[in-house]
Amino acid sequence: MATSRRRKPQADETPQYSTEQLLKYYREMLLIRRFEEKAGQMYGMGLIGGFCHLYIGQEAVVVGMQNALIPGDSIITSYRDHGHMLATDMDPKGVMAELTGRSGGYSKGKGGSMHMFSREKKFFGGHGIVAAQVPIGTGLAFGHKYTQDGNINVCYLGDGAINQGQVYESFNMAALWKLPVVYVIENNKYAMGTSQHRASAGELCERGSAYGIPGHVVDGMSVLAVKEASEKAVAHAREGSGPVILEMKTYRYRGHSMSDPAKYRTKEEVTKMRTEMDPIDNLKKLILENGSADEDALKTIDRDIKNIVAEAADFATQSPEPDPAELWTDILIEA
Amino acid sequence: MPIEILMPALSPTMTEGKLAKWVKQEGDDVKSGDILAEIETDKATMEVEAVDEGKLGKILIAEGTEGVAVNTPIALLVGEDEDADKLETPEVQDNTTQSAALQKVKGEEETKPTLPVEPPKGTKAAPPASDEDKYFDKTVKLTVREALRDAMAEEMRRDDKVFVMGEEVAEYQGAYKVTQGLLQEFGERRVIDTPITEHGFAGLGVGAAFHGLKPVVEFMTFNFAMQAIDHIINSAAKTLYMSGGQMGCPIVFRGPNGAASRVAAQHSQEYSSWYAHVPGLKVVAPYSASDAKGLLKSAIRDPNPVVFLEHEILYGHSFDVPEDPEFIVPIGRAKIMRAGKDVTITAFSFMVGQALAAAERLAEQGIEAEVINLRTIRPLDTETIVNSVKKTNRLVSVEEGWPFAGIGAEMSALMMEQAFDYLDAPVYRVHGADVPMPYAANLEKLALPQPEDIEKAVKAVLYRS
Repeated sequence: MATSRRRKPQADETPQYSTEQLLKYYREMLLIRRFEEKAGQMYGMGLIGGFCHLYIGQEAVVVGMQNALIPGDSIITSYRDHGHMLATDMDPKGVMAELTGRSGGYSKGKGGSMHMFSREKKFFGGHGIVAAQVPIGTGLAFGHKYTQDGNINVCYLGDGAINQGQVYESFNMAALWKLPVVYVIENNKYAMGTSQHRASAGELCERGSAYGIPGHVVDGMSVLAVKEASEKAVAHAREGSGPVILEMKTYRYRGHSMSDPAKYRTKEEVTKMRTEMDPIDNLKKLILENGSADEDALKTIDRDIKNIVAEAADFATQSPEPDPAELWTDILIEA
Repeated sequence: MPIEILMPALSPTMTEGKLAKWVKQEGDDVKSGDILAEIETDKATMEVEAVDEGKLGKILIAEGTEGVAVNTPIALLVGEDEDADKLETPEVQDNTTQSAALQKVKGEEETKPTLPVEPPKGTKAAPPASDEDKYFDKTVKLTVREALRDAMAEEMRRDDKVFVMGEEVAEYQGAYKVTQGLLQEFGERRVIDTPITEHGFAGLGVGAAFHGLKPVVEFMTFNFAMQAIDHIINSAAKTLYMSGGQMGCPIVFRGPNGAASRVAAQHSQEYSSWYAHVPGLKVVAPYSASDAKGLLKSAIRDPNPVVFLEHEILYGHSFDVPEDPEFIVPIGRAKIMRAGKDVTITAFSFMVGQALAAAERLAEQGIEAEVINLRTIRPLDTETIVNSVKKTNRLVSVEEGWPFAGIGAEMSALMMEQAFDYLDAPVYRVHGADVPMPYAANLEKLALPQPEDIEKAVKAVLYRS
């Protein structure tokens, strides 16, 4: 299992990735980055309200992971969910319009940043209660096994969620019943403002060991390391060997939410991560160094992404607010 | 064209702040993600990052300026070939957008909804139609326990997506033997013993329901469901709304509710008002075996989450139950157990028996009580209750649970809203004593509504002694 520790990617390590793949990962990560920057800006303009948790810095995790899945695999995550939605190919317009609380949003403006879903893309939220997605994801895996549809669930959780009791209740059942689920701990080092060493005893990747769940540490700042580890974990779950835990060591550049000044860590720490470990910059460097593509090709992608994000922002500001009658819909399904 | 950089809002409530420091200066190159400036809000100092790329052409608000309103242009970003010196300072007022949030900052007047949003309160929706009575031609005596088991078995035969999970439901045959025989008929794939892990298996059930299965999740008692209530409410009840209608959750949470006998406070709570408080849940509390069977079948077929509150003491009680497996009782329909003209008594679950016993005693004294078995708590069959009160002009509400914000409180509000002019006496609430359930036999009896208490209440609303 991949445990590459914060090394800069070397050209000779990646013969198995085609140019097409590398550019795809670059594009997908960049979409998340630019989308989130735009969301942050729109929050600043008052177009997005409430809580808004940005994914900037963690892009390699979800992009590497999603690229190891097959159609029909379900995914579920917490409230820092914009990146996951974009990585499952949900429409950036619908996501941004949900952030602005408009009728064109995925939840018709009734869910907001933390509560978005797409049955079509098998994205099951978007959950605002820390760790609630873990038993739910385990239940989705139960559904995959029950119906023998050949799919698995990928359940993302943070280094804060890992200390909730329901995580271990889920681990126990998943291991007991050999459910096809990969638990991806996105360890961005801070549970809101509390650093991992102040909140968590022991190693997070070992939290499933009492249940016999294998756990692996992955360089979550390298999309290729994530992809490699994900392939193995997904295969393990899919072949019926039960759950796997992947601890992705990653980093969020922004605060916990928009209103977090992030005084619990030093500027030097953030700067060091951004300049040395950035998943997009490092992949870009790799692409250029190994000759997969030139600057122009990447610039074309940049422009493309800029347009997609601009269109999403336009849509999200022009889509009307929900009709007042929507207040009373979607409470119960008519039996 | 230069891009305006606006004073950002850095929290949901910020309307202005101090531009503390410019990190970038005029003429500096700017890439997305670069820190441009530091801004002080009432809570903290925050950094402002660039979204667009270019050169910082002109700083419009000097550092140290206080009280800079959100969305004021603070600087201009120019492309590489643009000349910063030729830039004009834009009009501040031009920068408002159509955002409702911004309008709110400008003035409350503009954000008032244009349409009056009418809550569905006060509308008397008729209860769903039911043909249940026709099935009583051929009946069999069953205990509530057997009727519940039969309901699950019939629904499991009908739909492979239905499965049962909970503590001791399979090999042990149910802690109260409600799931007796299910494992033998349906196997361990569909009858699943869980570890003692309520929070976990309630959430797992919700996930399975999101996947498209129809879980019947048994809590050994609803007292233990407090460990799982986050998933019942936040995950099962609210997700349909939060997803704009995409995420239906067809799940039944069932098990005994309320006081059994001598098991004291932690095992004797009545939860109907807790769950009935929540939009997005249906709440059912049957009394007889036929109601238990017909309603559990409805609950399993319902596309919504249903909290199905049983009663341990009733498990062993026998009633006539229609033989026909097509027999079903719709959710949302009360049942008049006994007609009467003098007073209406509403009750549910075990308290229906207490109310019927009281009505019997009252009849001997010439008082004709109409006893309504609510059967479903939410959606409440208000029409049946209101129509009865229009006839009797008096209401006694009976429940086993605590009074504060309880079902009786809701009944009182219902009468104020929909039957005020018909009342000849204030609504009388009969309820469990407002104390944690005591263990001692005599105290426990005092804490629970008895037929004598109901009899006394009826006489009070009739002004008889």
